[in-house]
Amino acid sequence: MNSVIKGTSYILAHTPEMVLYNGTTQTTERTVNPDSEYLKELPKHLRSYEEAVAYYPNQVYIGNVTPEELAQIEMPWYDKPVEGAERFGPFGEIMPNDEFLLLIQISDEFDLVKLEADFVEKVRPALAENPVVTPAMLDRIKPGVELAEIDKFVTEEAAEPLYFGGELVGCVKRAHNIDLNLSAHVLHENLVTKASGVLSVLHALRSSDVKAEEIEYLIECSEAAVGDQNQRGGGNIAKSIAEIAGLQNATGSDTRGFCAAPAHALLEAAALVKSGVFKCVAVAGGGCTAKLGMNGKDHIKKGVPVLEDMIGGFCVIIGENDGVNPELITDYVGRHRVGTGSAPQAVISSLVTDPLEQAGLGILDVDRFSTEMQNPDITRPAGAGNVPEANYKMIAALAVMRGELERPQMKDFIAKHGVTGFAPTQGHIPSGVPYMGFARLGLMNGDFKRVMIVGKGSLFLGRLTNLFDGVSFLMEPNRGVKKEDDKAADTDEIRRLIAESMRDFAHSLMLKAEQEV
Amino acid sequence: MAILKDRKIIVIGDRDGIPGQAIALCAESAGGDVVFSSTECFV
Repeated sequence: MNSVIKGTSYILAHTPEMVLYNGTTQTTERTVNPDSEYLKELPKHLRSYEEAVAYYPNQVYIGNVTPEELAQIEMPWYDKPVEGAERFGPFGEIMPNDEFLLLIQISDEFDLVKLEADFVEKVRPALAENPVVTPAMLDRIKPGVELAEIDKFVTEEAAEPLYFGGELVGCVKRAHNIDLNLSAHVLHENLVTKASGVLSVLHALRSSDVKAEEIEYLIECSEAAVGDQNQRGGGNIAKSIAEIAGLQNATGSDTRGFCAAPAHALLEAAALVKSGVFKCVAVAGGGCTAKLGMNGKDHIKKGVPVLEDMIGGFCVIIGENDGVNPELITDYVGRHRVGTGSAPQAVISSLVTDPLEQAGLGILDVDRFSTEMQNPDITRPAGAGNVPEANYKMIAALAVMRGELERPQMKDFIAKHGVTGFAPTQGHIPSGVPYMGFARLGLMNGDFKRVMIVGKGSLFLGRLTNLFDGVSFLMEPNRGVKKEDDKAADTDEIRRLIAESMRDFAHSLMLKAEQEV
Repeated sequence: MAILKDRKIIVIGDRDGIPGQAIALCAESAGGDVVFSSTECFV
């Protein structure tokens, strides 16, 4: 039996100061052109927390607004705030910067994160009110230090500064004087990924009926490389997340594959559960500081706020078939093969039409395709177009080529079978998985019969291969399972039928014998 | 297409558009000399 999707979570953390000090567009600019107009102008274009919460795509990400509702809002979206927007949604939350800094400190196991004492005291009560933060996590909060100590670490020992409201409130220390993989910059990046991964796992537990101790394996699928100079990327950020999130019975491992990693990880999780190796596996991905403000120059040029100010995260819990939750279909999956090539048509064919052909299905049999869910409000001003729409155009074109669709119907197909992009440009975060929460609900309430999740990854960015990559799979409603009671009832019925037949047979033999006498 | 003949060409492809390799093939077929080609990700 296929495994099922028991819960999903989607979280965001508002980190405007990390845009300034940790996004690579800004760190590069600071290196090559420290007095640039861009760096001077940038702080004026950052959003407040309230603006980030009220931003339509963010509300979609945490589940308070549907992508279908978003599609009805005219772009641009940044100037149309959601009335009465909430911090929490059915899938997760939008955490403010100060609470997220404290979560980073909670996630620190090596006393590398130093926060100012007053800041800790002020923020602790707010974090304690968060329904997903456990008492064990609150116990990990350290009292805090004097600002002078933080300043010394930053100015004299290459610590990475942490800011809130324009003020220095903490730092991440380096863990080695020479090893670049343990530099403050890298550790800051990895701790942010870890903390956002922890928050994602906690919300996935909250949104499902799964208890922390039931999760036996955690697969982490971000793009962070954890390790020192002797084992760069050595990893197991998964287990470090499981430890803080209180998954006492879990071990785990990391899966990497650029933006395609979440889809790879979900296939692995589904296979581990379906094969019986584990009963319950979680897949989680924390966010990425490097990509904050990635398109900031274009946003400022076009008079758009710097919309890449959110750290993203997600978690999906895969469990044994319970007869209720939607199934993750592993009978036929799409995969970009080495021989597929990199032409967009070949890529989409390998991921979309090949698995559908295996299943004896057509493109129109899929109610929704979740490809790359990048928010076009972010990508369009930067000249990168509407990424989800480009994918849907290619799928629609393939449907026309296969005779499933007439050319004039392409636009309607995209509107009906596509999903409006709403995810932050956080690398692996937008790739297929952001829609799994809505897909799960739609498959459970009968709105959908089939949803396809497509993950794609740009392997060439690592300069080891020019290949593209990707995998895809289908989600379908639960086909129903025979419960033990049902099986027992079936067995009793078979016994009854056999007994009845034997009685009839014996009776006919007796009649025959009597007639012969 | 003659504008590319015998010219040195740097190719930057887009991960969500046309890959660098595809542009490089076109440029070479038009007589250009591709000295660098890569595909970048802007999202």
